[in-house]
Amino acid sequence: MPAPKTEQKPEDTMSIAKKETTKRKNTEEDHDQLPIFDGQDGPAIERDNDDDLSDSEESVFSGLEDSGSDSDDKDEEDDDLKEDDEVSSNECLDVDADGMKSSDGETDANKSEPTKILMKKNKNKTKKEKEKTDTAEDGVEGKKANREIGLTPLPRTDEYDEDTSDEEDIRNTVGNIPMEWYKDYPHIGYDLDGKKIFKPIRNKDELDEFLDKMENPDYWRTVHDKTTGSDIRLSDEQVDLVHRLQRGQFGDVNFNEYEPAVDFFTCETMIHPVTNRPMDKRSFIPSLLDKEKVSKMVHAIKMGWIKPRKPKDTTPQYYDLWAKEDPNAILGRHKMHVPAPKTRLPGHEESYNPPPEYLLSEEEKLAWEQQDPEDRKLNFLPQKYPCLRAVPSFSRFIHERFERCLDLYLCPRQRKMRVNVNPEDLIPKLPKPRDLQPFPTTQSLVYRGHTSLVRCISVSPTGQWLVSGSDDGTVRFWEVNTARCMKTIEASGPIKSVAWSPNPAVCLVAVAFTETVVLMNPGLGDRLIASATDQLISAYEEPEEAREQPVQWATAEGKEHEQGYRLVLTHPKAVRQVTWHGKGDYLASVMPDNTNNMQVLIHQVSKRRTQNPFSRNKGQVQCVAFHPLRPFFFVATQRFVRVYNLIKQEMAKKLAANCKWISSMAIHPGGDNVICGSYDSRLTWFDLDLSTKPYKVLRHHKKALRGVAYHRSYPLFASASDDGTVIVCHGMVYNDLLQNPLIVPVKVLKGHAITHDLGVLDVVFHPTQPWVFSSGADGTVRLFT
Amino acid sequence: MGGLQKKKYESGSATNYITRNKARKKLQLHLADFRRLCILKGIYPHEPKHKKKVNKGSTAPRTFYLLKDIRFLLHEPIVGKFREYKTFVRKLRKAYGKAEWTGVARLRDNKPSYKLDHIVKERYPTFIDAVRDVDDALSMCFLFSTFARTGKCHVQTIQLCRRLTVEWMNYVITSRSLRKVFISIKGIYYQADVLGQTITWLVPYQFAHDHPTDVDYRVMATFTELYTTLMGFVNFRLYQTLNITYPPKLDNQSEAGLKAEFEEDYAMDSESYLEKLSALSASLARVVNTAEEEETQLDHFPTEGEDVADVEAREKEQREQDAQRNLFEGLKFYLNREVPRESLAFVIRCFGGQVSWDKSLCIGNTYDVTDETITHHIVDRPNIDKQYINRYYIQPQWVYDSINGKIKLPVEDYFLGVSLPPHLSPFVEEKDGDYVPPEKLKLMALQRGEKPEADEEDDDEDDDEDDEDEEEEEEEMDEEEAEEESSLKKIEQQRGQGKMPSVKVTPGALNKYEDKKRTDLEEKAEEKRLAIMMMKKKEKYLYDKIMFGKKRKVREANKLTAKRKSHDDASKSEKKKKAKKQ
Repeated sequence: MPAPKTEQKPEDTMSIAKKETTKRKNTEEDHDQLPIFDGQDGPAIERDNDDDLSDSEESVFSGLEDSGSDSDDKDEEDDDLKEDDEVSSNECLDVDADGMKSSDGETDANKSEPTKILMKKNKNKTKKEKEKTDTAEDGVEGKKANREIGLTPLPRTDEYDEDTSDEEDIRNTVGNIPMEWYKDYPHIGYDLDGKKIFKPIRNKDELDEFLDKMENPDYWRTVHDKTTGSDIRLSDEQVDLVHRLQRGQFGDVNFNEYEPAVDFFTCETMIHPVTNRPMDKRSFIPSLLDKEKVSKMVHAIKMGWIKPRKPKDTTPQYYDLWAKEDPNAILGRHKMHVPAPKTRLPGHEESYNPPPEYLLSEEEKLAWEQQDPEDRKLNFLPQKYPCLRAVPSFSRFIHERFERCLDLYLCPRQRKMRVNVNPEDLIPKLPKPRDLQPFPTTQSLVYRGHTSLVRCISVSPTGQWLVSGSDDGTVRFWEVNTARCMKTIEASGPIKSVAWSPNPAVCLVAVAFTETVVLMNPGLGDRLIASATDQLISAYEEPEEAREQPVQWATAEGKEHEQGYRLVLTHPKAVRQVTWHGKGDYLASVMPDNTNNMQVLIHQVSKRRTQNPFSRNKGQVQCVAFHPLRPFFFVATQRFVRVYNLIKQEMAKKLAANCKWISSMAIHPGGDNVICGSYDSRLTWFDLDLSTKPYKVLRHHKKALRGVAYHRSYPLFASASDDGTVIVCHGMVYNDLLQNPLIVPVKVLKGHAITHDLGVLDVVFHPTQPWVFSSGADGTVRLFT
Repeated sequence: MGGLQKKKYESGSATNYITRNKARKKLQLHLADFRRLCILKGIYPHEPKHKKKVNKGSTAPRTFYLLKDIRFLLHEPIVGKFREYKTFVRKLRKAYGKAEWTGVARLRDNKPSYKLDHIVKERYPTFIDAVRDVDDALSMCFLFSTFARTGKCHVQTIQLCRRLTVEWMNYVITSRSLRKVFISIKGIYYQADVLGQTITWLVPYQFAHDHPTDVDYRVMATFTELYTTLMGFVNFRLYQTLNITYPPKLDNQSEAGLKAEFEEDYAMDSESYLEKLSALSASLARVVNTAEEEETQLDHFPTEGEDVADVEAREKEQREQDAQRNLFEGLKFYLNREVPRESLAFVIRCFGGQVSWDKSLCIGNTYDVTDETITHHIVDRPNIDKQYINRYYIQPQWVYDSINGKIKLPVEDYFLGVSLPPHLSPFVEEKDGDYVPPEKLKLMALQRGEKPEADEEDDDEDDDEDDEDEEEEEEEMDEEEAEEESSLKKIEQQRGQGKMPSVKVTPGALNKYEDKKRTDLEEKAEEKRLAIMMMKKKEKYLYDKIMFGKKRKVREANKLTAKRKSHDDASKSEKKKKAKKQ
């Protein structure tokens, strides 16, 4: 504790009398001291001093400071009666003095009063500084009150009754109430004696107010007091005070805020004690109680009752953990446990000195760097160092260990059965193609002559002749065995379809180009048959009443007749396909058009009649076919094959082909199986007895299928595709309904060159031999035997 | 027909799994503690078969644990210890905040600690289980033992790791169970055969680590905590099996030898003892002082099912192993100061060699440079000033390559300043079809006992050619199918496109035998192709996948071969140029 200052002593211990005299002397000098505070503080301080005397010096110093202010106020009240007149009247008198000066002798009575103002020591001021600022506002109010005291003369006798600061303003005893409550009364309250205080007789109205404002030079410093209803003119000092407070300055003009600070205690160490009190005896005599306690402890230690805490041994103790391995300890969970796989062992490329082929080239390095770290095959760059001492530390070592840790506790583990199959076992066991002979194996003849792609081919029922139609607008007739072009007939457009009449008794070929279908008699083979055919056509008699027909039937004459044209059927739209019925009398033609119901027409050659079998459009027709034995008619639209019963005139079946766009269709000679080729390179085999869904979908070709064909007698079928191949499959259909057809691909026939992304466009089997003809976009027809 | 409707997700797989968060709540642990518990107990997440069912219809990515696993964790006493530790930390923090230093000291004295013995026992009910799983533990301990004492983990942990690794190495030396060593760019891989288990561990190079910031050292520390416990018990048991005292003590004689010289350098006895042990130059004291290890003759009990050939093969293998174990028996090595001492000393001692080094390099050297009986002096610098005549000066790779090759390789390739032959990984076992580097072939030839020819140049070229031939042959074998197909395709194409030749009849000749063979092959290939066409979609997919993998392998092998060839060509031409210049 810092030693208290000794300087204060003499002043504080000064006798009151002395003090008072000095104070009185100083009165005049201090007269412009702030009156408001004097009223509260002055007596208190004096009392302080009084009390101080009775107390010891120490207490004076210790209780000197801020703690005193509260008790001072209380003391004030208690000691009221003891105070001598002079002192008690001080507060009023101070104010009076003040008022007297400011009001320039307004109140004469007060002038004569002796003005006593207590001198304040600077020290006290500093002590109370805080208080003052706190009570600054109260002070303003108090000031007003004081002024009134100054204004309204009070009888001398009352002087002693209102000596406390609380009862300062008691000219009006109504208390702190809103004064408008007295608005309607002639008085504004009561004085101490209970007499009414009347309002000033003449209230100022607005006009008076205005006049006052205009004329009175002191208007700005005039304040209305509600409690008394009078106007008060503020003195210069008071105005100054208000200004100072507004500026945030200290109220007292004489107060120096920047006075040098004086410490209460010095920082220097004093050689003398603060007090002269001698040391206690107990401070230098050993305590018995302690002694007793210590001796007890010593005894306990001696006896070994208290032991010092053993230093903890942190090194782990190891022992034979598996001394008793009991099989019961192996729980079910151990059997379920999937041990973490061991880390992969390093290969040659991780060596510090790997063989040169394992080092990455520049491009590989670049590629490695650009890859995501997860995608990299190696998680490091192989590097070569000339010697062991040049090998640096691996920068990602800790990372890799950490990743391993993460794998160990974060990765889900699962036992995965590795498929360990021999790929050879996956290949299905099929009968050997050799056992399924005969089938075409080699290309034996090429029919050359067309200059553009050959769209369609057809073989005569005898198997001696072949007809082919091409985009160059010619139809060529070939002898099968010699590849000789027997005849070339020009047409007025690219040939879309040709079909040789299956009736061996007639020699007719249907040729479709643009909007016409021409029935030709090529005049090949047996003369008798050819002439019989001509006769048959010419023997036709017009029916008496001509019927409205969708197509025009016309007999070819003149030059056309020379060429071999016999009948010309002019269709309303472009014809895509013609196909014969097995008997050779009926003929179906397809005019694909999605907007019309007239897409398929069936013509009867003998009666030259045409009918449109369908009244409704079911989608764009791709191709049609007659059932070889029964009166069924197959119509393939883009995705479905519909089977119609021609006699009952209803749809019998609807086959869903499971492909996007059917290109071609063929009916098995037995009539129960259908194959469809589609542009999405699939071949679907339907077994009509089995289901309307495909029995098998074959995806042998790489590109779109263009044509499919069944052999009439052998269990063979072929498919032609844009990838330039013809695939011949063995497709055995059993009579036994329980046995499913056997499908085995037996040969891939290649030969056609791919031109304009088109390969083989049509495929047809020889009627009797196991031979297959194919026509391609390269302008050739090929025979495979 | 009555009965309550079954509610969804109240039975079946949905009830067998639990998400991580739920598991954490069930155990009333924070994530960090839960993680610690999972690491220590070896609990890992499971991937349910039907994730959506388990996830109650949601497809949000979640981690699932088996409910059984979590129930199992509920009974773990160590969870209580975790909670105690948490309160301890809280109290300590409070004491620090209040600056109650005595309180801090008292708390620190009573810091709760736990042991993992029971967990190790529980996770590895038999000793062999533990040995099998010791790989990761070893790698981790070796890593931690190289950490600097910088505060990434406790110093005690580092010391403990060091101690355990030294014990392990001493065990491997004594049991001579090291099999393979590989110097990679990441570190040195060792593979040992301990009690029939193959154990591989990786030791980083002795450099300071630059500690990465994106690594959670708490996870690593937790793992290390478990691993050190495991390693300690494993070491104890292993030492017991070899009749060596645990903790290891040096042999009486060697200890006496060491004591005199080095005692004054180390302040602490324990410290110097660990150093002496880690020098790896002295053998360990045994519990029962048997003078010499008797070679146990392997009795064989011929059983009916076994072939004579089988037994013979096994015997041969055993003989080989014995030979490898005593590879360096009788050789005296001296390590120059720039070679990695610990690794080389360890390796050489594992194979029966004697090893020493400069006195100032490390404690525990047994003889000096001047010793006349030194046979190999391992140096890793281009040249050395003072050379003794009666010893080989070789580079360290010789030691490693010899071990992997199981024979003492000719030292010529490893002399000072010679550019070293490639160091191959001993872990790669080439199957047929894989690429085999020519060096490996050479090594295999050496192992078979074929002597390389005297003339180096010739030898090289011959070898190369041989190699290439072999490779080609192999490739052919491999690619036979592909080639066949391609050739067939060609033939067919030729036939298909072959325009009809000018009509000319030549006298027919009988097909040659070869032609027939050829056609047979053709037919077979065709058959196969057609059969493949008929494959089911699923099988086809699998087949294609397998074939793709095979093809890729072949491609990679071809690429490596081509690379090697170009490299060899380049180096040869360079050599020639040099020769011309000279």
